[in-house]
Amino acid sequence: MVRFILRRLALSIVTLFIILFVVFALTRVFPSDPARQLAGPFAPQERVDELTESLGLDDPLVTQFFRLVGDVITLDFGESFSQPGVKVIDLVRPALWNSAKLVFLALAITLPISIVGGIIAARKKDTIIDRSIVSLGLASASIPDFVSGVLLQFVIGVQLGWLPAISNTPDGAGFFTQIEYILLPALAILFVYFGYIARITRAGAVTALESDYARTAYMKGLGTTEVVRKHVLKNALQPTVAVTGTQMGYLFGGLVGLERVFNYPGLGNLILKAATAPDFPLLQTSVIFVAIIFMIATLTSDLIIAWMNPRARLDVGDN
Amino acid sequence: MAESYLHDEFPEATQGGADPNVVDPEPVMGNPTAPSQDRKAVKAEQRRELVRAPSFIIGAVILLFWTLCAIAPGLLTKWGENEVIRLEDGSTIPRAAPSADAWFGTDTIGNDVYARVIYGADNVLINAPISALIAVLAGAVLGLIMGFYRGWADEILSRIIEAILSLPVILLAIMVLVVFGSSRLVIVLTIAGLFTPVVARTVRSAVLTEAQLDYVTSAKLRGESGWFIMMREIFPNITNVLIVEFTVRVGYAIFTVATLAFLGLSGGDQTAADWGVDIANGYSLIQSGQWWVSIFPALAIASLVIAVNLIADSIEKVYKA
Repeated sequence: MVRFILRRLALSIVTLFIILFVVFALTRVFPSDPARQLAGPFAPQERVDELTESLGLDDPLVTQFFRLVGDVITLDFGESFSQPGVKVIDLVRPALWNSAKLVFLALAITLPISIVGGIIAARKKDTIIDRSIVSLGLASASIPDFVSGVLLQFVIGVQLGWLPAISNTPDGAGFFTQIEYILLPALAILFVYFGYIARITRAGAVTALESDYARTAYMKGLGTTEVVRKHVLKNALQPTVAVTGTQMGYLFGGLVGLERVFNYPGLGNLILKAATAPDFPLLQTSVIFVAIIFMIATLTSDLIIAWMNPRARLDVGDN
Repeated sequence: MAESYLHDEFPEATQGGADPNVVDPEPVMGNPTAPSQDRKAVKAEQRRELVRAPSFIIGAVILLFWTLCAIAPGLLTKWGENEVIRLEDGSTIPRAAPSADAWFGTDTIGNDVYARVIYGADNVLINAPISALIAVLAGAVLGLIMGFYRGWADEILSRIIEAILSLPVILLAIMVLVVFGSSRLVIVLTIAGLFTPVVARTVRSAVLTEAQLDYVTSAKLRGESGWFIMMREIFPNITNVLIVEFTVRVGYAIFTVATLAFLGLSGGDQTAADWGVDIANGYSLIQSGQWWVSIFPALAIASLVIAVNLIADSIEKVYKA
């Protein structure tokens, strides 16, 4: 198991390194001059040169790349361009925390509902129930998150008035008030993911239900509920766990449109702000954080799968 | 199946949970020894099955409607996309709710929301299929080379693909657009570029399966060149994979194009009718009761992506049956 974790960790670090390189390469082809941008359009050339010097923009690219790697290790990414004097990390931290709240609420709703949906579909395979779960899921999952967001905001937030239409949680709000304010965007995430996770779970459950060990369990006299609970779930849910891990990057950094609809100050919103400013250190740091979250999430999901299924421990890295 | 940032990580999802490592004992289309009439007959049968599938028919009807809007919007509405509605007495009706004068209401300027929905179809319907097509072509070439030659180049490319796929497409698209500025060309190429890795990965694994089959071995023994084997032997046997991949990518591309427009990153003329742009201009009005400005374009996007996904899903089912 230790060997498995070490190999898996090494793989994550390689991936993270490549992402850093991609981000770095993109930053370097940035056509406008960051020092000029920081100094302002009317600043004297001397000031720009001074900034170029202090930001290390005239150092060799290799030096600059390893400086970025150093920034990641020390979690110090310098100052924001759009808000001079403010550390980038101090802008990213609250946004990250807000995103985390939304993601956890969304998963707490989405995972149980989708898993139950998937198992029901698998047990009623090829019936009308199965087909409606699969097609409804397919339809709702194909709609862009911001579109589902706008539709939910209109129907539930405004027409029915059941939930706040905008996620501007008041300061110092209690736990349940906070949940109330972010429930609508979380429901939009349920829309996007229900079909996908239900489908994956269904596929896993169909295979598990038709397996020899499930047949054996039936034959030794267990009821269907017992078979599902004791034998099928643990095997059927492995793809679900894996998928949830791979979706964390999207949930933290990809909900740019959805966060905009609900004016929610998460990482997606911060990224949009950084892009429109443009504030390159902020954009770069946010992207790196999304990548780190993805690494941690996939590593965790792989560990959970390895715990669920000892065979999975063997084949890390050779897919 | 929602978006690439989403769902491409797990090809099993679309294979009904089958173990991707297990080689299909009877490849549907991988038998070159069969007479070519057989292959033609199979293809014709697949086509017949497809056009009979209800989900394909529904999807195709919706898609045809929006295609008509993109090609000839003037046929479906008497108002232009930037033409303020004037009643018979010459008065304008900005912010009007849906009525007989304006079926979908009017926006803050007084434009017909219905006309803007009709005229707004062309942006996604042109950009999305083009980017999907480029991505499939580029991904096919890359995937063929990676899967056929294997080796260290494949190893390195696979790692890079994994790394790129770990970030949400929309995030990378935003970064590229900030760097290169947004225009229609940049958007199409960006989406194509960001979809290429996932296509390459799918094609690569299809090629790996094909490369183990006898016809490839015998072509190698005949001393055929690598290029010949890839293009003349393997390629015809993975066209189904490419068609499925293309339809799925179109869905994701619509998703991405619309999202970028909503985020104000679509570039070009921001007054031209566009579903994403119109939702962006109208969504803050929902709370003051003027829901029609954004809800109709939102429903338009929803109907189009659902249609494309219905088509993609039925094509996939037929080819994998």
